[in-house]
Amino acid sequence: MTPALQLTHFTASSCLGQGIEPTLAALQQARSGLSPCRFESVELPTWIGQVAGVDAVRLPSSLQRFDCRNSRLALLALGQDRFDQAVRAAIARYGARRVGLYLGTSTSGILTTEIAYRQLDPVTGALPPEFDYAGTHNSFSVVDFVAQLFDLAGPAVAVCTACSSSAKVFAAAQRMIAADQIDAAIVGGVDSLCLTTLYGFHALQLTSRQPCRPFDRARDGLSIAEAAAFALLERAPQHPDDNAVLMLGAGESSDAYHMSSPQPDGAGALEAMRAALAAAGVSAGAVDYINLHGTGTPSNDSAESRAVTALFGDVTPCSSTKGATGHALGAAGALEAVICAIALQSSLLPGGLHRREPDPTLTLNYLDRNQGATLRCVLSNSFGFGGANCSLLFGRGARADR
Amino acid sequence: MSRLNAVITSVGLLGPGIRGWEDAREVLNGQRAYGGQRTVIPPAAALPPAERRRAGRVIHTALAVGAEALAHAGADAGTLPMVFASSGGDGDNCHEICVALAAEPRQISPTRFTNSVHNAAAGYWSIAHGCREASTALCAGDASVGAGLLEACAQLASGAGRVLLLCYDADYPPPLRAKQPVPDAFGAALLLQRAPAADRLATITLELSDTLPATAMSDTGLEALRRMIPAARCLPLLQSLARQRAGTVVLDYLRGVQLAIEVRT
Repeated sequence: MTPALQLTHFTASSCLGQGIEPTLAALQQARSGLSPCRFESVELPTWIGQVAGVDAVRLPSSLQRFDCRNSRLALLALGQDRFDQAVRAAIARYGARRVGLYLGTSTSGILTTEIAYRQLDPVTGALPPEFDYAGTHNSFSVVDFVAQLFDLAGPAVAVCTACSSSAKVFAAAQRMIAADQIDAAIVGGVDSLCLTTLYGFHALQLTSRQPCRPFDRARDGLSIAEAAAFALLERAPQHPDDNAVLMLGAGESSDAYHMSSPQPDGAGALEAMRAALAAAGVSAGAVDYINLHGTGTPSNDSAESRAVTALFGDVTPCSSTKGATGHALGAAGALEAVICAIALQSSLLPGGLHRREPDPTLTLNYLDRNQGATLRCVLSNSFGFGGANCSLLFGRGARADR
Repeated sequence: MSRLNAVITSVGLLGPGIRGWEDAREVLNGQRAYGGQRTVIPPAAALPPAERRRAGRVIHTALAVGAEALAHAGADAGTLPMVFASSGGDGDNCHEICVALAAEPRQISPTRFTNSVHNAAAGYWSIAHGCREASTALCAGDASVGAGLLEACAQLASGAGRVLLLCYDADYPPPLRAKQPVPDAFGAALLLQRAPAADRLATITLELSDTLPATAMSDTGLEALRRMIPAARCLPLLQSLARQRAGTVVLDYLRGVQLAIEVRT
């Protein structure tokens, strides 16, 4: 069993709002943050989850080389819920060398590159001189930006396993803390809207023309979104407060099936969930709620339903919150981890939005409406292209699970 | 503070003028002069034909060095967790997408989009070898080798018996090349395990250091390689394996932080 960690601080900015309070309010009101796509010059018949106010964010003058939508989104989120202050306090407590940085992203600041390719030198074909590859395009750019923002000197890395990226950061950080290489970790995910994902998922015919409808009989694709979500992980005290949110375990697996389609029987997803329970020493019956990957594509929801049913039957309440937030891709795992933390602390099981008619072939216990109940243990699923699966188990308080 | 350890049992290697670990050994231990001919990347025999066609140079590089490390150890890929580390993924693929998005009408090939994920090599590897163990794909820019070593060793410390670490990069096409001047493809795979093994190449212990300077290669050609391709930052470690020389090598990691590796043969 892996020793539990505590999410001592956490925050999230998504199309639901900036910080925990508006996110909780939106969940309580069953309000979606999705809107018709008007992003940049994109002309696609789809809905997206766009974070308000990103364009107005300004980076510190010494870190201008990192200026791009992804860094701005990261900075916006770090300033919410006094998360930046919590990071500085952790650095003061443990030392800059002993605080790790693990962020998930799928496209980083590639929007900057996409725009730069419209501005190639007509004679030489060169990129504009101000284009900064390492500061904006590279997957590590957002990590480097946050590391320099806080003067961190410990291990720092981007985990880039597509849509499970920022779930896997929890697992990676947990290993490094367990191995006593660090005492705390900033984990999270930052993924911002760009043309590659909007046109790419459109090319794969995986975007819906309407707000996505996870687990609906006529679901027809996802709604792309952006988000930044962060948590500060530290060793859990022996007797955590009743309101403490703990990370109990992580499970990872590979589908070994197809680059962009899940295995139809959900075997890889099932293995990830099993491994998370085993890592935490928790039985399936102890899980009170499952936040599904639930993208709203026909294949994902069908495979995930099979996997969940195989392990949990049709009993455990589940929902996808992507009808509210959209699919934040590389930030989805961390965003949904924060939603799980909010659910635990608020005793709220968020219902899934936009489902009109249940799919009779998906037999899990899907919640269409919010429910109130004391939650002790919740599971969050994230599955990515390349068959990269990760399930995270979170608990509340001293008797979180067992 | 406890330190991270690993037993290295085999290596796969490919790069400019390097056609595999046995070939590289002679160069790294000074038996033969280094010549930096362009990297020859063998197509991944383990991939189904459709996937083999779709995969780009960087993916073939990763799969080639991984397969070589497995072959040397006689290991079964199906049971090995994997850590993939690359400074920048598939630049050719990214370039084609950006060109398509700058044109009208904007149309991306579905395959290009699928291959654009940083974990594409991990996905192809798991399909090629039927491996359903956990995999991760890391990027720490130029520090990706160090990040991969730390992650692989942390996995061993957390209970994994063996881990396959693959570090790889390929050159970007223009105009990106001017901004990230990686000259050629380079890949290194290390098969790591927790338990002692009689047929090991070495046992290593990792430690972060802010005082020790990175170990340079004495051969000027190899030193240029180490400096120009981020994945080649592992060369000083590979040299001590090839020479079976105990001691400490220091790999370039993050700004102001190096990875000191105590090598015991």
